Amino acid sequence: MVLLSFSLSPMSLLRALPGSFAQGLIWGVMALGVYITFRLLDFADLTVDGSLATGGAVAVMLIRAGVDPILSLLAAFAAGMTAGLITGMLHTALGIPGILSSILTQISLYSINLNIMGKSNQSLNQDKYRLVVSLRYVSGDALMKAKFYGGLILGCLLLVVILYCYFGTEQGSAIRATGCNKSMAKAQGINTNFHTVLALMLSNGLVGLCGGLFAQYNGAADVNMGRGAIVYGLAAVIIGEVLFSKLYTGKHFTFAYTMIAVIGGMVIYYLITAFVLWLKIVPSDDLKLFSAIVVAFFLSIPYLKEKYGKKRRTA
Amino acid sequence: MAYALELKNVHKTFNPGTINEKVALNGLDLNLNEGDFVTIIGGNGAGKSTALNAIAGVWGIDEGSIIIGGQDVTSLPEHKRARFLGRVFQDPMTGTAATMSIDENMAIAARRGKSRTLKWGVTKAEREKYKEQLKTLDLGLEDRLTTKVGLLSGGQRQAVTLLMASLQKPELLLLDEHTAALDPKTAAKVLALSDKIIEENHLTAMMVTHNMKDAIAHGNRLIMMHEGKIIYDISGEEKKKLKVSDLLAKFEEASGGEFANDRMMLS
Repeated sequence: MVLLSFSLSPMSLLRALPGSFAQGLIWGVMALGVYITFRLLDFADLTVDGSLATGGAVAVMLIRAGVDPILSLLAAFAAGMTAGLITGMLHTALGIPGILSSILTQISLYSINLNIMGKSNQSLNQDKYRLVVSLRYVSGDALMKAKFYGGLILGCLLLVVILYCYFGTEQGSAIRATGCNKSMAKAQGINTNFHTVLALMLSNGLVGLCGGLFAQYNGAADVNMGRGAIVYGLAAVIIGEVLFSKLYTGKHFTFAYTMIAVIGGMVIYYLITAFVLWLKIVPSDDLKLFSAIVVAFFLSIPYLKEKYGKKRRTA
Repeated sequence: MAYALELKNVHKTFNPGTINEKVALNGLDLNLNEGDFVTIIGGNGAGKSTALNAIAGVWGIDEGSIIIGGQDVTSLPEHKRARFLGRVFQDPMTGTAATMSIDENMAIAARRGKSRTLKWGVTKAEREKYKEQLKTLDLGLEDRLTTKVGLLSGGQRQAVTLLMASLQKPELLLLDEHTAALDPKTAAKVLALSDKIIEENHLTAMMVTHNMKDAIAHGNRLIMMHEGKIIYDISGEEKKKLKVSDLLAKFEEASGGEFANDRMMLS
C-alpha cells in the first residue's frame, strides 16, 4: 500500500479529468440513445456496439474526402438511423426476437464498418480539419477550452430540449405508450411496430452521432470503438437514475431532468473510470470487466431490494 | 339499416394439430343493433373473452367474417380496428400506460384512429376538457391530471379506461370482465359508471361477466355461450323477468347436467 501510494501523483489525475469530462459529455449523447430504447421502449438494443463505430467510420471517411465536419455528423446520425431501421425491420417485419435482431445487426455492422473504412482503423489529421470536437481543444488556450466545453454542454442541452419536445408530441407519446404497454397502445390504434422501428432509428441515430463526435475527438475511427458501448450506456442510465432521481421527483420537466441526469451519469462514469485507473486498483486491461461488474451490480439492485423487502414483510 | 356488429360463422382454434388443440369459437353468429347493450355469460372456456378478442383483432380468425358498422374488418390488424372500438380489460393494468400521466393517457385515447403527428401530444385546451370530464367520475382525479396512472388504484384505472374509451365515440364498446379484478364495492361503482357512459353516449356495448346478477341487471340483451357458440339469446321484456335460477337451469341443460362452476355460484 505504501509503495502504491508513492506512485500516485495527484497531478496526473488532474490532467486526466478534463479529458474524461469531455468524453463523458460526448458519450452522453449515446447514453441518451440507450435511454430511449432501454427505458422508454423497453427494448435491449445491442445494435449500439456496431452503430457507434458506423457513425465514427462514416464521419471520418467523409471528412477525409473533404466534407465539412458538421455535415459529417449529420451523415453519422443518418447512418446510425439506418442501422436502427435494420434492427427494427428484423424484429417487426420478420418476427425475430428483439435482442437477437440487434445482435444480428451489430455483427453485420462489423463487416460493413470495415468496408466503409477499407481497413480496421482510419485516422484524421486533427490539425488539418476544423473539427467540431477534438482532443487538441482540451489542451488548448483558455478561449479554446471555453468554446470547446461551452459548445459541448450547450450541444447536449440542445439535444435534451429537442428530445423533450419530440417525446411530448403525438408521435413521441405513441412511442412511450408502445414501450410501456403494447396492449393499451394497440387498443388505442397505435401501430406498435411502426413506433418501435421509429424509436430504434432515433436511438441509433444518436449513437451514430456520438460515434461521429468521438471519432473527431480522438482523431480516428476504429472498427472496435463501439465494443461494450451498450454497457457504458446502461451504466450512465443507471447512475443517472440512482444519483439524481431523488432531486426532482414529481416536479415539472421530470423527463428533461432525467435526460440531463443520464448525460451526467455518463460524465460521472468517465470520472470514476479515470479515478480508478489513477488509483491503479484496476489495470486498464480489466476495465471492461470492471464496467460489467459495476453495471451488473446496479441492475440487480431492484431485484434484490424486492426479494429482501419481501422477506422482511413476511417475517 | 346496417347492424352495429355482425359476426358470421366465426371459427377459431388455438394450437391446431397439437395436443393442446382447443376449439375456442365454433361457428359464432351474432348481430347487434345500434344501441344494444349485451351482457355475455358462460362457463370457463365458453369463448366469451375469445369472442371479444376476435372482434378486437388480437389475432386473426380461421373462418367467417366480422363486420363493424357495415365495414368488413376481418382482415384488419388490431391497431386499425381500434378506431371502431372502445375497450376495457379485466386486468386494470392493461387498459392504461402506467408510466404516463392521466392527461397523456386520455390524449392518446382521444386520438384513437388518427395518425400520430408531430403536433403536441396534449394541448392546454384538452387539459381543461379532461379536467371537466374527470370531475364527472367523482374520484377527485380532476386535480391529479399529471399523476402517473400507475399510482392509481385498480378501480380508478378502470374508471379512467372507461372514460378513455368514450373520448372518441366508438362504434362498439367491449367490456371484458372489467370489474372481475375489483372489490365488490368498487366493482359496483365501475358498473354504474359503465351504464352511465353507455347511456349518455348512446353506445353499442358488449360486456362479458361471470356475475349472473350483473348480467341480468345490466343491458337490454343477454347471451349465454357454451363451447364457442351462443346457446341462449334473450332480450327486451323477457330479459327483465329473468332470474338467476333460470340462467342456472339453462346452463345445466346446455352443459348436460354439469353444474355451473364455483365462480358463477359465488357471484
